[in-house]
Parts: sequence; C-alpha cells; structure tokens
Amino acid sequence: MLYARLIVMRLLKAVVVLFLIVILNFVLIQLAPGDPAAIMAGEAGATDEEFLRQLRERFGLDQPLYVQLWRYVSGIAMLDFGWSYRQGMPVLDLILARLPATLLLTGTAFVLSLALGILAGSMAAARVKKPSGSLIMALALIFYATPLFWVALMAVVLFSVYLDWLPAYGMYTVGAGHTGLALVLDIAKHLVLPATTLALFFMAIYTRMTRASMLEASQQDYVKTARAKGLAPRVIQRRHILRNALLPIITLAGLQAGQMVGGAILTETVFAWPGIGRLMFEALQQRDYNLLLGIFFFSAALVIVFNIITDLVYRLADPRIKGAS
Amino acid sequence: MNDTTPVLSIRGLTLALPEGADRDNAVEDVSYNVARGEIMCVVGESGSGKSMAANAVMGLLPKGVRPTAGEVIFNGQDLLTLDEKQHRQLRGLRIGMIFQEPMTALNPLMRVGAQIAEVFEAHGRYHARERQGRALALLEEVGIPQPERAIRAYPFQLSGGQRQRVMIAMALALEPELLIADEPTTALDVTTQAQILELIRNLQRRHGMAVMFITHDFGVVAEIATRVCVMRHGRIVELGTVGEVLDNPQHAYTRALLDAIPSNVVPQARDAERQAPLLEVKHLRKVFRSRGGLFKPAREVRALDDISFTLAPGETVGIVGESGSGKSTLGRCVVRLEHPDSGSILLSGTDYSSLKGNALRRERHRVQMIFQDPYASLNPRHRVGYAIAQGPMANGMPRAQAMRRAEELLELVGLGAVAVDRFPHEFSGGQRQRIGIARALALNPELIVADEAVSALDVSIQAQVLELLDELKHKLSLSLLFITHDLRVAAQICDTIIVMQQGRIVEQGTAPEVFLTPHEAYTRQLLDAIPGRAHEPAIA
Amino acid sequence: MSFFARFAQNRGALVGLFILIAIIGMALLAPLLYPESPWRMVQRPFLAPMEVEGFWLGTDTMGRDVAAGLMHGAWVSLLIGLVSTTVALLIGVPLGAVAGYYGGLVDDGLMRFTEFFQTIPNFALAIVLVAIMQPSVVSIVLAIAIVSWPPVARLVRAEFMSLRHREYVEAARLVGQTHGTIILRQILPNTLSPIIVLASLMVATAILLESALSFLGLGDPNVMSWGYMIGAARTVIRQAWWLSFFPGVAILLTVLALNLVGEGLDDALNPKLARERS
Repeated sequence: MLYARLIVMRLLKAVVVLFLIVILNFVLIQLAPGDPAAIMAGEAGATDEEFLRQLRERFGLDQPLYVQLWRYVSGIAMLDFGWSYRQGMPVLDLILARLPATLLLTGTAFVLSLALGILAGSMAAARVKKPSGSLIMALALIFYATPLFWVALMAVVLFSVYLDWLPAYGMYTVGAGHTGLALVLDIAKHLVLPATTLALFFMAIYTRMTRASMLEASQQDYVKTARAKGLAPRVIQRRHILRNALLPIITLAGLQAGQMVGGAILTETVFAWPGIGRLMFEALQQRDYNLLLGIFFFSAALVIVFNIITDLVYRLADPRIKGAS
Repeated sequence: MNDTTPVLSIRGLTLALPEGADRDNAVEDVSYNVARGEIMCVVGESGSGKSMAANAVMGLLPKGVRPTAGEVIFNGQDLLTLDEKQHRQLRGLRIGMIFQEPMTALNPLMRVGAQIAEVFEAHGRYHARERQGRALALLEEVGIPQPERAIRAYPFQLSGGQRQRVMIAMALALEPELLIADEPTTALDVTTQAQILELIRNLQRRHGMAVMFITHDFGVVAEIATRVCVMRHGRIVELGTVGEVLDNPQHAYTRALLDAIPSNVVPQARDAERQAPLLEVKHLRKVFRSRGGLFKPAREVRALDDISFTLAPGETVGIVGESGSGKSTLGRCVVRLEHPDSGSILLSGTDYSSLKGNALRRERHRVQMIFQDPYASLNPRHRVGYAIAQGPMANGMPRAQAMRRAEELLELVGLGAVAVDRFPHEFSGGQRQRIGIARALALNPELIVADEAVSALDVSIQAQVLELLDELKHKLSLSLLFITHDLRVAAQICDTIIVMQQGRIVEQGTAPEVFLTPHEAYTRQLLDAIPGRAHEPAIA
Repeated sequence: MSFFARFAQNRGALVGLFILIAIIGMALLAPLLYPESPWRMVQRPFLAPMEVEGFWLGTDTMGRDVAAGLMHGAWVSLLIGLVSTTVALLIGVPLGAVAGYYGGLVDDGLMRFTEFFQTIPNFALAIVLVAIMQPSVVSIVLAIAIVSWPPVARLVRAEFMSLRHREYVEAARLVGQTHGTIILRQILPNTLSPIIVLASLMVATAILLESALSFLGLGDPNVMSWGYMIGAARTVIRQAWWLSFFPGVAILLTVLALNLVGEGLDDALNPKLARERS
C-alpha cells in the first residue's frame, strides 16, 4: 500500500520535473540565435523562404509566445516531439528505435561497474595500508581521471586494430544475417568494448565510494559490539560493515544515472553503437535541434525512472525508513 | 559467596600510546584482580585510562596502543600472549562486554533477535533453529517488555534503556565468567540508569559472574561496587573495598573527587524576600510537530504544556527533569531561541515573548545563555577576546572598549586577561565553560539561562565551575534560570526548584522542600533513582 | 603541524602538485616556445613522433604541430576549468548558504530548484546549452558552471544546516548579531575547507567536461584544446594513434594531478579525518 502511494507520488513529481524540462526546452529554442523555424527545420539559411513560412504557420510561430508554449507543451503531452527534417522521420520514432541499444549498453555497464566496484572497494577496504589495497585505489583514481572517450579510442586501437580480438564498431556484423543464438553472440561480442569502457569510469567511482563507506562503517560502535561477540572478521566485514556501507552506495548509484547518460553519448559516438547517444551526436553534427531536444527530454526521463527505482531499493534496504511509517 | 581465586588478574600492565599523544602510556603499572561473584568498579575522570585495561582484556585495544609490560591472566592464561584467533574464541564466550552508547552499539540494519543469535553462531552453539528460542529466553531474562515483539524489532524501534538490555542479553548469552561493563549507564536517564544497575546486580548474583564495571560516577560506585579501583592519569591511586574507599579514602585525589560530588545535604533555605518578579512566565505552551510526510502521520510532542512560574531578582530557579521533559525547550523559549505557541514571558514587567525581528535583536542583551557543550559553544575560528567582545560590539560598543571589557571579564572568571588572544582549542573543557560564562556576562543581562551548563564536565571541574557561578551570583547579584537533569547539582545552587515531566510542571518549591518533603510520586522516584543515595551519609 | 607539512605527508598530493605546476608551466610557456598559432600548418601531415626533428610529437591531419597544440591546449583547459568552477561557486555557495541557514520554505524552494538541475543528465544539458548558445569559450564556461553548481549548493547547505544550531551560532544570535554577520563571520569561515576541497575536484571535472564537449565538436572554434585534438583525430585513429594518444595523456595527467591535490588538501584541512582514513 505504502509503496503504491510512494510510487504514485514519485510519478507525480516526475511529471512536474518533465514539465519543467519541456519549458526549459522551449526557452532554449527561443534563446537560440536565428529563426526558430529555421532551427526546427535543421539549419539556418539552408531552406527556402516558402518552406520556412509554411513551418511558421504549422508551428504557430506567428502566434504570441504563450500560444506557442501551449502548443509545444500539449504536443509533447501527446508524445509529439516534432519532426526531424534531417532524418525525415518523427523524432519519437527515431528515439524509440534507438532506445533498446542504449538500455542494453548502459544496463550492462551499470551492473558490471556496480558489481566490480563494490568488490574492488571492499577488497581495498580490507587491505588498508597494504600495497595491494593501494594498488586498487591507484587504478581507481587513474580510471576516474581518464576521459572516457579517450579510453574508448585507445581500446579500439589496442583490441581491434592491433590485436584484432573484438569488433570496434556497431552493434552487430552488418550483412552477416545472424539469427537466434548466433545473433545474441554477435551482439555480445560487439558489446564487450563499449560496455567495459563505459563501466570503467563508474567502477572507479563505486570502488572509491565503497572503500570510504566501509572504512567509515568499520569505525562504528556496532562493529566493536560484533567483535566483542567473537565473530570472525570475515563475518563482521560482510554482515556488519558491508551491509551498512552499501546504503550510501545505493544513493550514489541513483545520482550516477545522469552521468551514465553522458557516458553513453561519448561511448556510443566512438563505437558507433546505434543508441540514442550516437543519435545525439548525429543530431549535433546536423544541427538538428528538434531531435537534440527530444533526446535531451528522453534522457532526463530515463534518469528519473532510474532514480525512482533506486529510491525504492533504498527503502527496501533500510528498515528505518519503513519503520517511520 | 566471594570466591577468592581471581577470574582475572592484571599485573603490572603498561599500555603505550602512539607517538605524539599527550602522554607516553595510556596506563602504567596497573595491577588489580577481579574475582568470581564480585563487582570491581574502575573509577576515573575522562583521560584517566580507566577503560584501557578492559580493552586489553578483550583484545580490542585502539589502533596504535600496545602493551609494553605486565600480564593479564584470565583463568591461568596470559591474554596478552594470545593471537587474534585465540582471543576471538574467548570474546562473547567467556568474556562478555557492554558499552556506553546503546543507541549506536547495535547494527541498525539487523533485527534484535538475529543480533543475539549471532553470539551463538560465532561460537557454534545450538542449531540454527534453536537460536531464536534462546534469544527470546535471554530477552525475557533481561526484562524487555513484550520480548516476542522485541526479538523481531530493529534497534531504532527500541528505547535507549531497552537497547542496553539487548546489549546485556548478548553479553550474557553464553554465560561468560567475566562481564565487562564500560560506562553502561552514562548515556541513560537517571530512572533508567537505576533499573539497568539493578538488572546488572541481579544477573551478577544469579550467574555468579565476575564483573568489571567502568564508570566516572561515584554515585554508581556506591550503588553497585564490591571493590573499587580509582585511576588518574593512567595510574591507580587507590584500591580497596567499597567501604574502605568511600568512607575512608586514603589518597588526596579520591577525597577531592568525593568532595566534588554535589552532595545531597540541602543548603539552608535562603531568605526569599518576595520582590516584584524579574521573570514571569505565564501559561507557556509549545508543541513540536514533525511534518507529516507520505510515510509518517504528523506527530505532535507537547514540549511545554501550560508552564507558569516566576523568578525574583537575584534568585536562582532550577528546572529539573529527564530528557524529554521539556526543560531545555523552556530555557530556549525564555532566551527566545524558540518561539512559544502561546502564553507570555514578561521580563521586568515588559513583554519579551512577542518581540520580533530587529526589535527582538535589539532587546536580546537582556537575557543571555550559558550553553552545555564547551566544545561547541565557541567558534573555533575566533579568538576568545572576540568571542566575548562580539556581543557588546553588536550592541554598538566601540571595538577597543569591547575588548577591554573582554579582558576584565576573563579576569573575573579566573582565566586572566592574556586569554583574549588565544583560540578556544588551547583551553580545556572547564576553561571553555568559563569563557562561555564571561560571554554571557558581557552584556550585563538581567537574566542568565544556564542550560545543563556543567553536565559535560568531569566531576572535579564541575565543582569548580559551580563554585564560580555561585561566587558570581553573589558578587553581581545575578538572576539565574538553571536547567539540569541532575538533582544533586540543582540542590547546590538553586533557591527554588521546579520539577518537570513530559512538558508539565510536576512540583515546585524551595530547594529544601522539594528535597526533604517531596509531595509528588515522580519527584520521589527521581530522588530515589539518584545513584548512591543510600550511601550518601557515608560519602558526605 | 603546519598546513603544508600535513599536505606533504600525502605523497600522492606532492606528486599531483608537481604535475600541476608542470602543466601550469606549459600553459605559461606556450606563447614563448610556440609563438605562432597552433592552427598553422607547419609541416606535411601525419608525421609520426620523432620522425622529423623539431616535431617530437609529430603533426596532425592538417600538418599542424601536435606539441604546439598540446601546450596551447593546457592554457585553455586550465582557464575553462578555473573560471567555470568559480562561476559554479558563485551560484552554489550563496544558494546553499541561504537555504541551509533559513531552512523552512526558503530551503524547500531552493532545494527543489537544485534537485531539478541535479536530475537533468548534466552532460546532455551541457551539450544542448553549448549547441544552442553556439560554441565559444563563454558558452562553454557557462554550460559547465550551470551543470556543476548543484553539488556545491548541497554541500554548503548541509554544512550550514549542521552549523546553524551549533551553540556558538546560537550564542551569536543571542548577543544580537544580524543574520548577515552570522552567515558571513560565524558560519561561512567554518565551511571553507570542504568547499576548497570540492572546488579542486570540480576544476578536474570541468576539464573533463570541456574536453568531452570539444571532442564532440562543441569546442570554441578559435582556440586549440585537447578534446578538439582527440576528436579531430578520431576518424584517423587506425593510421595515426599518436594524434589521440598525447592529448589524452595530457588530460589524464591534469585531472589526476588535480584529484591528488584535492585529496592532499582534504588531509591538510581536515587532519582528523585523514588520520582515520589512512
């Protein structure tokens, strides 16, 4: 019951946030230099005057601002994100076609980074002041400081160009006509490099956070209690320290969702992964603002959904919140 | 029933502190025994090293502290020679321990039952299914209300006293020969403290354990100890039976500590000539509402429920109550850090409770406050002189004059004018509290509210600060509203005492009346719960 | 122990400081060593490193000197990192201070606003902002500042919330100090150390953001930056790996150095925490 109410409230809040993003989009279009009609059409000066006039009429650009805003908002409320003149398709269709690839990539990278990050972080926490612990942290710091797109490029150079182990571009082998299990394997092979690249940066974050959080938790009184019981260090580490240390990690994972979108844009660009990140790069190159803003809206929506999920997970993990009801 | 062979024998123990600490050794050449069936109280002020030997016994010394001499013999075995694994097998099984802070000593994410069952698991006792039943039996033994519910509860659902009972249940789970209790009642209210002390005493008798009880409070010692070991600066200054040490202390330090305990002998009633009241509190009410969210209904706590009293010029009124009684809220309303919901506060006949904004700011100099925590009440970035002078300066006094005033005040509170240029961290807790008093005096207030002003101090320092307050009271004819949880402290300094419980005034009267002929059951209960009360004549 | 002695105890921080000084030196020496524009074609394209004397990092697709680009790029990276962080602090600190000090409805309102900006995926927002404002140093600085102030506001708010009920702050209220004095003299000085530490890490993040924007082609077309160099060489990665390699190393070292210095500052400014952590 309580969860149902929580979800409803969070969804209402999400709607408000999305509404504000729509307004922000509208403001951005107004701020953009040049003729809004031209911007919506793709590029200033590239289209003829008659076409622009039609556009103005169609989008009501000759109307007062508040009418335009109303049209814009109500359009999006009915999932009309406009038309991509560059690609000759509705923006929504373009995005929906690319969404699964992005979800596959970010989902894989998320699970990978969280699992490996927590593992590496707890290993480092258990090896404070030992060389192996310092090595883990040094690696984490380096991955944290490395530009993602550069790691991606270097991975291409090393694993595709020189070693020729893994495919560097795309999601599946074009023209191979794989089906069934062969297709799955083919996609998996293509997924290795982008997912690992994307995961490295986040893994570094989770490693650092897990270690810090575990060291903090190990200072708590209840750990001393656990030691006074005569529990083995392994049990204390897992049951008392790690469990408490994971709570802030959940919060952090929620906050990282937005970063993940940014990472996906860069990774997909380098690996030509056909997701919405790559689509955003294409839209950028073609100055396809309608598409750009559509993707921006969708990526924000994805982040909000992810935040709601982490919120629910947190509530499951921490009895104190449930009990407050 | 005292068995003379000691369960635990500490001989010549020296524990070295890491380099850079304020002294070389945490404890030095410490020797004492704890025998079956006795409660050995290790007493000392903060920094005396009283808990260190216990940590060595448990094998839980803080990082960097290491034994350099002596031995710790437990049932014929030197614990200092054990490796971590051997030590672990003793912990929980043959030596149990409870800690000071029940609020943080339990894992917040595990149910109480599981945390108790862990003790059995750690030592491979009983079948997994049996453990819950055992845990339930333990919870019953330590007197938790509704044990079937408590076993499934998370720690945050229990009160402080209940959590301490859970800790005791865990420590006793495997019937250890030795129980170490490290300040187990310090964080608790006085009535809860009395219950927990009684529980420990009863369990000790029933199980015939040896108990090592660490405390700073001689009242608790009088209540529970068989033998006493007094420590100071890491050394033992006195060791003997409770009768010997309390009735006939040999060492000057022990005598000083005992003298510093606020006595229960009530001061003579002072001639209370009733003048026009300085402070008149009428029908004060304050309700705290936790904002209801999605998951919690809005909760209301009546912090102040129709509070009325008066305070005459030059009088000291004590507000006494346990935590949650509303006593601090009352003080904060009087100084206007909180705003009462209704009722009025009259100061020399003028309304002080309805002032707002700049008008209030300009009148604030009339009521000042001495705060509880000497470490939080001074801004670490400001020199002491500025901390005191900022009040007069905010009220328009030129800087040079304000700084001169700060110097005078520092002289007055016994710190000397040189203190103006120093930072708070250069002072001890007691000295900081003196600075706090100087700051409160800087604006020549009509009324000073002291909120638990000596509660955070060691007992010997507490006595000095109380003495200073008493002296200033007479010298400057101060009017004081003195808020405390400690009836003994209130008895020392107050003319009138008001006892509060759950936001209401339970009893009010002159100090001797409240102490000697309390009318209300709650006041009597509070008085009875004062540890060491039965032994009082002996101590005094 | 003095501030620097505590800082120097962290050996990583010293290494970081050393690298950072070297990079600042690069930025300052760039106009002296390479007085000509880094955009100028100076040799034939695709020279490998060490192939021709004087072009020890080779040339790019247009025959521009990679070493010159690297030195001039240092200046741009540091400038954008510092300025955008300053702007983010100017937005975040006052907002967080007011929200944390006054609490209640003011806090609610300001925090909803902050949360909104935190929910929006920040790199995507930066892209949209730069794309719409047209790429330039100013638009890049603004975009980075707009996406990076929320953590500052949250940190400052949290510090203010925990400090505003400190007894010394209440004492200051009681002696009649004004809200402004209390915020500026009592509370703000006590929040400086975490702000300084956060700021050093933000400069690092800003440099990463700038390079990523330039990589996608959203850099200022008039200034040479490391991200642009990598982005421009992306399509020729199979033939000329060094074009992407060296600017990437430069970004990595700068960001690493700033993070190390940030950790050192944290140790030096919060000595108690440092002891517990190590």
